[in-house]
Amino acid sequence: MQVDWSIILDFIPQLMTGAKVTIIITLLGLVGGTILGTIAGLMRSYGGVLLNAIAFVYVEIIRGTPIVVQVMFLYFALPVLADIRIDPFLAAVLAIVLNAGAYIAEIVRGAFLSVNKGLSEAGYALGLPTWKVLAYIVGPVAFRRLIPPLGNQYIVSLKDTSLFIVIGVGELTRTGQEIMAANFRAVEIWTAVAVFYLIMTGAMTLALRFIEKRMKIL
Amino acid sequence: MSIIEFQQVTKKFGPLTVLDEVDLAIEKGEVVVLIGPSGSGKSTLLRCINGLEMISGGHLLVDGRSVTDGKATLQDIRREAGMVFQQFNLFPQMTAVENVAFGPRHSRGSSRRQARTEALALLAKVGLGDKADHSPAELSGGQQQRVAIARALAVKPEVMLFDEPTSALDPELKQEVLSVMQQLAVEGMTMVVVTHEMGFARQVGTRLIFMEHGKISVDGNPRDIIANPPNDRLKDFLAHVH
Ligand SMILES: Nc1ncnc2c1ncn2[C@@H]1O[C@H](COP(=O)(O)OP(=O)(O)OP(=O)(O)O)[C@@H](O)[C@H]1O
Ligand SMILES: [Mg+2]
Repeated sequence: MQVDWSIILDFIPQLMTGAKVTIIITLLGLVGGTILGTIAGLMRSYGGVLLNAIAFVYVEIIRGTPIVVQVMFLYFALPVLADIRIDPFLAAVLAIVLNAGAYIAEIVRGAFLSVNKGLSEAGYALGLPTWKVLAYIVGPVAFRRLIPPLGNQYIVSLKDTSLFIVIGVGELTRTGQEIMAANFRAVEIWTAVAVFYLIMTGAMTLALRFIEKRMKIL
Repeated sequence: MSIIEFQQVTKKFGPLTVLDEVDLAIEKGEVVVLIGPSGSGKSTLLRCINGLEMISGGHLLVDGRSVTDGKATLQDIRREAGMVFQQFNLFPQMTAVENVAFGPRHSRGSSRRQARTEALALLAKVGLGDKADHSPAELSGGQQQRVAIARALAVKPEVMLFDEPTSALDPELKQEVLSVMQQLAVEGMTMVVVTHEMGFARQVGTRLIFMEHGKISVDGNPRDIIANPPNDRLKDFLAHVH
């Protein structure tokens, strides 16, 4: 079979639909994952023994298991255990939330702990309560250090959505596979899918560079 | 009533006793200079006053209130006792004037405008009126430390605590910071200063305390003590810092 790039044009709308699903899963998952990760990271750094232990166990379970197993668990095992129905899309979003959350927790913890202790002491010495020291002094400094590793995690999470092919959610990789199954145009289709991913991760990298430039790392 | 009162204060880090049943009363208007060998507990003594370290035993009162009376009291005490650190510790994400206005805004509840007006006046007072909008990274060490002094003063403390405020500075930058401190002393500010600057101790200090192994071993008039060290260890110490 001859390689014929022009056939890609026919499948662009279909691939766009898949890419849209990828983007929505990633966006929803990362919003949730960032919130969850921030909370878990702060629990790890400033929580008492109990909160710290809870966050620690969560982070270690997620980091110690593959994301494919996590999403299979959510989609197939959780309904059995908890007697709830969960559709593939929701399972995919939840998997990103839980998975990215654990890695982001470690990123947040690292960034907060990297802030010189003298800064928080200076805040306490002015008579501020702990929450203000974290919100106004340590937080803003940590936030700037957070951006580069957070950006990396966002890109990893975006690519991880391709693994959700295993639960049949209609994201970009799954779409590519469906087209391929119908016409066997492996070279053209997988090239096109790869380019779609590159465009998405490239856009993220650019956005990241832009934010990094605007926010000086302190 | 003394502004600061240590009663049998002990501080331990694990098995290590860093302050050993210290008794000390500091009155309003005194400029107490604290000296002693490395590890003798000078910083720890200072940091117990504003509760950056919690005492392990005894009583410590600042303006009549105990540092062990809970969070709210401790925050009040910290507003009464401003601190200046060896490493300046300016907030890097804020400009000089924002650093100074920060305490009044967030600890005293001043309005944004009032905090800024007062901060500008304080910066002018420490000779940095023209650096208000510079970030700490754009200032020299001596300038940063003067901003740090203004930041502590902005909260309107009764006492100022200085932990080796000039030790991180190049020799030619020490004087501008010492001058600001001297001016504060002249204005009647109560000060507790850990420093190796014996010139400052002699000229500005009203009281000199020599610490050894977590205890106060000499306490008296700086000029007398420096002229006639009452023990050999202090004599040795003075010979080394000169
Ligand atoms: N957070 C801490 N944990 C454990 N030990 C500490 C801590 N802070 C201080 N120490 C110990 O307490 C002792 C006194 O320390 P401190 O910093 O008060 O001494 P110092 O007189 O200020 O010394 P220097 O002149 O070197 O600043 C030292 O042995 C130090 O190692
Ligand atoms: Mg010290």
